[in-house]
Amino acid sequence: MFENSVKNSNSKRSSEFSKAENTGFVREVAHRIFAAEFKEANMQVKEGQDQYSPQYLITPTGAKVNRVFIVGTLTEKEDVGTDAEFWRGRIVDPTGAFFVTAGQYQPEAAQILSRTTPPEFVAVIGKPSTYTTKDGNVLTSIRAESMHVVDAATRDRWVVDAAMHTTRRLEKLAGSEPDVVKVREHYSTNVEAYKAMVAQALESVRAQ
Amino acid sequence: MKETAKQIEARFLELGVKVQTSEIEDKLEQLVNKFKVPPEEARRNVINLFLKKYNIQKSDFFGPRETAMVKAADIKEDGKWVSLRAKVVQLWEANQESISQVGLLGDESGTIKFTKWAKASALPTVEEGNCYIFKNITTSEWQGQFSVKINKTSEIIPISEDIEVGSTPTEFSGAIVDIQSGSGLIKRCPECNRALVKGACGEHGKVEGIYDLRVKAVMDDGEKVQDILLNREITEALTGITLDQAKEMATEALDQAVVLDMIKSKLVGRYFVVRGAKLDRFILVETITQDIKPLEENIGKLLATAAPVAQEA
Repeated sequence: MFENSVKNSNSKRSSEFSKAENTGFVREVAHRIFAAEFKEANMQVKEGQDQYSPQYLITPTGAKVNRVFIVGTLTEKEDVGTDAEFWRGRIVDPTGAFFVTAGQYQPEAAQILSRTTPPEFVAVIGKPSTYTTKDGNVLTSIRAESMHVVDAATRDRWVVDAAMHTTRRLEKLAGSEPDVVKVREHYSTNVEAYKAMVAQALESVRAQ
Repeated sequence: MKETAKQIEARFLELGVKVQTSEIEDKLEQLVNKFKVPPEEARRNVINLFLKKYNIQKSDFFGPRETAMVKAADIKEDGKWVSLRAKVVQLWEANQESISQVGLLGDESGTIKFTKWAKASALPTVEEGNCYIFKNITTSEWQGQFSVKINKTSEIIPISEDIEVGSTPTEFSGAIVDIQSGSGLIKRCPECNRALVKGACGEHGKVEGIYDLRVKAVMDDGEKVQDILLNREITEALTGITLDQAKEMATEALDQAVVLDMIKSKLVGRYFVVRGAKLDRFILVETITQDIKPLEENIGKLLATAAPVAQEA
């Protein structure tokens, strides 16, 4: 239903880049991003001037991310909080690792992270968050909204899903829309390298 | 101005009155050019003048003309005059003085909300389960949802045949990314079946609720978000928790939330395919199956498009 109104009000821009406009509250889509791509993301944009305007992280293949959905293997976890619990976990997919955090404001995710013993397959829905180090590097992590233990089949299903979405984004990246051009200029994305990453991820699922 | 005059003449002719075009034009001319009346206002004024002169009812002039017969599912535009051949699927409570009846109409193509204005008091009252032809009704849109309004120029003609209401099933496949509050073990009002909030019904106040099990979830395929609604039957079959077990769990933990936690741990982060009728922003789920196919076929296709070079690696 929102698709329609978005298109009417903003027909020139791609729907991918204009979901939250003019329609009041719209839930942000959870993007599927491989770890290797997520790690490289460092381009942030804010839509609108409002204090409550959503912030987005734009990835090298052009996903405009305010929420992610990832499934992988939880390999390490650690409570790094001083006063309250603050959990950090490392979740591995076929291309690399995500850092996931859950503190007192994500009680459900924190609770599950605290009682899960690695290694375990987990699904995480969360918000991207970035941290800039003193020497200017941008580190990305995911602030978990929710985390659940899942099975191997779900993990494989996610790899194929993420591969599909990454492939679609790569196809779009060849276009001439202003947003896409900006992404290309910022990252000079090596499309072939990302295609190879997708292929390798898919092969890893198939190999089993 | 010539155009307007011709239109007015044509309309009067339809009602069997011959008005001279020149006469209309003169009047319009005078109002617009001499008395600086805006054209739209001038048109109105001239029409009224001739209506009075020939003693024609306003409602006859502006009133029912044959409107196009449409199907419920084809109503995709705001502010159109249409006719509909449909069954009254559901009547809801009209909670506004200006509305006499409100509910859901359905035909072979699907369902649509209708509102019958109180001003249309000359029209018969429709009954649930009966079929009618609704002539000369208007379409309207609110936040992407379409409905039809029955006004005082509309006609309602009962028909004896039965219309099979199509449910226009929708399919959606994706991952469940959230379960909303108001899911799990809930209590409903025994009077109106609404879900209770803190033990009270919005309509009937504090009541002794009846337990029920349901799930309001959010699915997401990476491009779109879809709200889904699972009733008790579907919830029981999918989660393996029956209503009785849910009650037991809640009693044992002294907390209804344990049921919700359990449901979340079983559903969130998993892929599903759902089918069901679309209502508002929800899909009322009729079938739901877990989708766990990282299909060979899909992988092959993706690999072929992704990187023919890397495939050898």
